Amino acid sequence: MNTINTQPTAIPEPKLDSQVNAPAVIPPAQLMYWSVRRELWENRSLYIAPLAAAALFLVGFLISTVRLPEKMRAASALSPMQQLQLIAEPYNFAALLLMGTTLFVAIFYCLDALYGERRDRSILFWKSLPVSDLTVVLSKASVPLLLLPLVTFVITIATQWIMLMLSTVVLLGSGVSVAPLWRQLPFFQMSLMLLFHLVLGHGLYYAPFYGWLLLVSGWARRAPFLWAALPLFAIGIVEKIAFNTTHFATMLGSRFTGGVEGGDFPLTVSESMHPLSHLIPLRFLISPGLWIGMAVFALFLAAAVRIRRYQAPI
Amino acid sequence: MACIEARGLRKTFGKTIALDGVDLRVEEGRILGLIGPNGAGKTTAFNAMLGLTPYQGKLRVLGRDPWTERDQLMRDVCFIADVAVLPRWMRVSQTLDYVAGVHPRFDRAKAESFLAKTTIGRDRRIRELSKGMVTQVHLAIIMAIDAKLLVLDEPTLGLDILYRKQFYDSLLSDYFDRSRTIVVATHQVEEIEHVLTDLMFLNRGRIVFQSSMEELEARYLEVMVRPEHAAAARALKPMHEHQVIGGSVLLFDLMPDLMPDVKHDVKHGHVDRQQLAALGDVHTPSIADLFVAVIGNQAGQSQGQEQGKGKGVAQ
Repeated sequence: MNTINTQPTAIPEPKLDSQVNAPAVIPPAQLMYWSVRRELWENRSLYIAPLAAAALFLVGFLISTVRLPEKMRAASALSPMQQLQLIAEPYNFAALLLMGTTLFVAIFYCLDALYGERRDRSILFWKSLPVSDLTVVLSKASVPLLLLPLVTFVITIATQWIMLMLSTVVLLGSGVSVAPLWRQLPFFQMSLMLLFHLVLGHGLYYAPFYGWLLLVSGWARRAPFLWAALPLFAIGIVEKIAFNTTHFATMLGSRFTGGVEGGDFPLTVSESMHPLSHLIPLRFLISPGLWIGMAVFALFLAAAVRIRRYQAPI
Repeated sequence: MACIEARGLRKTFGKTIALDGVDLRVEEGRILGLIGPNGAGKTTAFNAMLGLTPYQGKLRVLGRDPWTERDQLMRDVCFIADVAVLPRWMRVSQTLDYVAGVHPRFDRAKAESFLAKTTIGRDRRIRELSKGMVTQVHLAIIMAIDAKLLVLDEPTLGLDILYRKQFYDSLLSDYFDRSRTIVVATHQVEEIEHVLTDLMFLNRGRIVFQSSMEELEARYLEVMVRPEHAAAARALKPMHEHQVIGGSVLLFDLMPDLMPDVKHDVKHGHVDRQQLAALGDVHTPSIADLFVAVIGNQAGQSQGQEQGKGKGVAQ
């Protein structure tokens, strides 16, 4: 007998009121939205760290613009390809620095995501609300998978724009032509490749790493960092001793550096200069490496959801 | 309908038996006090009811299986766990925003109006608030959720007496409307005495006493006797006796044959009100007195049994 909607006969009015006012179910998208927002409230480092890195870089870049007019004059003597390399270099470096920063942020975020809530006992509060473990884990997984790549993208593009503007102002002030700078820098193409690189590479291709870290953070009772790292070392060492091979370490390494095929996704922005660069995302999307990784990621996430169901504060 | 119904509810952690075949039925619109010594299984029972832990036996909360239907169940159930669990990094306003975002039955205006009576700033972080204030925030959220069942596990732990009193007063006057059910576990029994409609004692994973408050008044009597009447009173086989200045206080069960499932461990005979009134001042025992009588006797008896038979408690 399903009596969940039975009206109490004694005082029916308040119940009727509330049923008119409140929808019985919150749409999943809304639950997801608030869950992700909650992550942003808690983990302000998700955007503060890349912003700080960008600010730091810009300070350095500003100082370096003292030498910019001289550099541009010297560049005019070089071949167009070399010119491009020279001009694009600081822009690539900015992108790499921000990627590195957010990769660190992502790793530490994942390790704490399902561990911190148990340590500070707030899991009891989260579990007192009608948000499923699946929604919680998915919202946490979406942070390194989707949110951080996009945050990195936006901050990188903003940084590169500021660099371009600063350079332009400095060059105009010193009387050196800005034309080579604006002509040589393939800004739009660079941005597009950066977006692909971040979303496909840092998001999707690294997904099994994030899944593993989330799983460990949901399971470990202490020191999630050690629990995440030690099994990987252990497998590698056992494999080395037992078979004298290093397949596992090689696999991890190739996953980290972008795929067995040696560059499933463009690792550096300078690859974006390649004339066929627009094919790279396509090649990546049909590579088995990506989909095997996604399957492993799904397995790790499913385990993390199941584990969270049983977990209590530690 | 029964709000909570359990039959043979069992939960073990390794060799430790946390719940040892609990049968209970809580009707809708009741306020049940679940009282028990530390480690009696109260929190485990709550965890089972709230779908936080798997269990053996049959359990239905609002007609649902809490473990398999937890997500749906939590739309109609609220709980405050035994420690302050509001996330410390959160701002008060964020807490309200979040709950309003994810809970279909949360009435934000109600929470705001409750908070307006306090001095808590909306942009304060939980970690900056005193323990009493954190509880106020949590209570404001809970009271603004139109839930059918509210589970409170030591909700006032660590609060001073003013906050504790205010907590239960608000709960009764602003929240409880007789269609809701509240289950509360606490060690501070004297403060919830006037709040409860039903009472249950849990000890070593078993329910050792259950009664409605009306029944309790009709059935149990405490009599304060002077030393000269003590022997006569003891002959009537009280459940429990303790000494006070100027005499002894004896606790009697007027209907010892009722509720055969609940064993009182001392055999006692039939007495009536007049008999006891003749011996001294009679009054309804407090929950605390009753608790000491029931649990204290249990403890004494099980120790005796262990010495005698080697193992086990009664039944």
